Amino acid sequence: MAAHPGGLTATAAVQIRDLHRSFTDDRPVLSGLDLTIEAGEFVALLGRSGSGKSTLLRALAGLDQDASGTGDILVPEQVSVVFQDSRLLPWQRVLRNVVLGLQGSGAVKRGKEALAEVGLAGRERAWPRELSGGEQQRVALARSLVREPELLLADEPFGALDALTRIKMHGLLRALYERHRPAVLLVTHDVDEAIVLADRVLVLDHGVVRHERRIDLDGTRDPSDPAFAAVRTELLAALGLAGGVEIKVEES
Amino acid sequence: MTAVVKGTAKTETAAPAVVPPVDDEELAAGRASRPRGKRRLGPGKPIKLGYLIGPLLLLGVWIWGSAQGWIDPRVLTAPWTVVTTAWDLWESGRLGPDLLVSARRFALGLVFGVLAGLVLALVSGLSRWGEAIVDGPVQIKRSIPNLALLPLLLLWFGIDERMKIITIALGVLIPIYIHTHNGLRSIDGRYAELAETLRLKPAAFVGRVVLPGALPGFLLGMRFAVTSSWLSLVVVEQVNATSGIGYMMLLAGTYGQTDVIIVGLVLYALLGLASDTVVRLIQRRALSWRRTLED
Repeated sequence: MAAHPGGLTATAAVQIRDLHRSFTDDRPVLSGLDLTIEAGEFVALLGRSGSGKSTLLRALAGLDQDASGTGDILVPEQVSVVFQDSRLLPWQRVLRNVVLGLQGSGAVKRGKEALAEVGLAGRERAWPRELSGGEQQRVALARSLVREPELLLADEPFGALDALTRIKMHGLLRALYERHRPAVLLVTHDVDEAIVLADRVLVLDHGVVRHERRIDLDGTRDPSDPAFAAVRTELLAALGLAGGVEIKVEES
Repeated sequence: MTAVVKGTAKTETAAPAVVPPVDDEELAAGRASRPRGKRRLGPGKPIKLGYLIGPLLLLGVWIWGSAQGWIDPRVLTAPWTVVTTAWDLWESGRLGPDLLVSARRFALGLVFGVLAGLVLALVSGLSRWGEAIVDGPVQIKRSIPNLALLPLLLLWFGIDERMKIITIALGVLIPIYIHTHNGLRSIDGRYAELAETLRLKPAAFVGRVVLPGALPGFLLGMRFAVTSSWLSLVVVEQVNATSGIGYMMLLAGTYGQTDVIIVGLVLYALLGLASDTVVRLIQRRALSWRRTLED
């Protein structure tokens, strides 16, 4: 999968040069996007709907056969994707879902360990529908981590969860990231989520990275911290919401 | 306005402390009397052995009508006569072999039909070229009744067992194909996307995603297939056979033995009902991951 097109080096986990993507209506979704993600770096991608976030993520996941365009993409061998819906096969029990497609005798053992890591030890034999939304998403996380990815792509993975569950999931994702250290690209529309989780936040607009912010807040990232608030204001401004107060309804 | 105020004042003076508690009690009673855990919409809880109620009702009408003399035994033999006739046929060694021959035809036709239908559905469901080649002929076959095909099948395959089993299999193939193909094509495309990101091999994709996803459709097709298998059996056994339940009935028709005909019909009915029950049980067990109106 990881071809080495001219001009790309192999030190970073992800390298994108001059990426163009458009769908049938010819309106470009990505127009000349450049992006580098270092190995083990956690990057969050913000942007209004229609800004091309999901298109970028799908291009990295190799799921954009329906789009046309040019550009060089370099991704590692092992890529895992977490979707907004947990996308568990309803006819397979939880453990079978986690180890889906894995081969070898160690698969089941690794699957159990991954489930234990996301706090679902003992639920191996449950059907997906018997789990809550948050638990299902934790299974999806276990499914992606059991493959030891070098790159984890997450497309608004907590978008469908309630606020409390989402906060818990932030802690879990960060802890799993610290332990496994994959490069992460998290697509989200939640500015606070991006600041809490990522090392670097990108704001996508009209198909290019318009703003970039390294998050150098130390220790626990507390939304009530003034430094946190400053970053939030900056990112909201980049998203076109000055101060986060003005409410503008825009059709994208 | 003033009248209203007066009115409330009046009730307050009449029973100021009593009225509110009564309201509360009524509310509480209302809540308690509402049956707990009962769904208002949907067919309700499953009735145990409920599928037997309809057939038993029919049997009851038959018994009652015969006992009252409303049903002429020359038109429809009384149930007890059917039982004794069946017993006599069995004792004389006529029923057993015929039943065995019929059951064998049914089973073989079903197995070959299901296999063929399944393979065709997979070929047509998993590839556009497969669909282009397979789907049309199957739809054409679907609109041709087995009975109309029979003369041709007789010419091609003769009058032996092979022709009978092929005829049955041709009838079974259609519902298996239609429902499996439909079940396969209605699998959520997001699962295919997931399989892509997990880099599932084609065999694993078929085994873990396609087949389990198409299973509900396949099992529905199975229910039609089982019935269709018995139907085709009747046709082939009454048109050209020297053994089997259908042949027994045909012979009885020539001699005006209504009771033997009814024995054959009852046997067909019982066998059909039994095989449908088996499929339903399999359905229940195999699809336990689902929660539908059925449960």
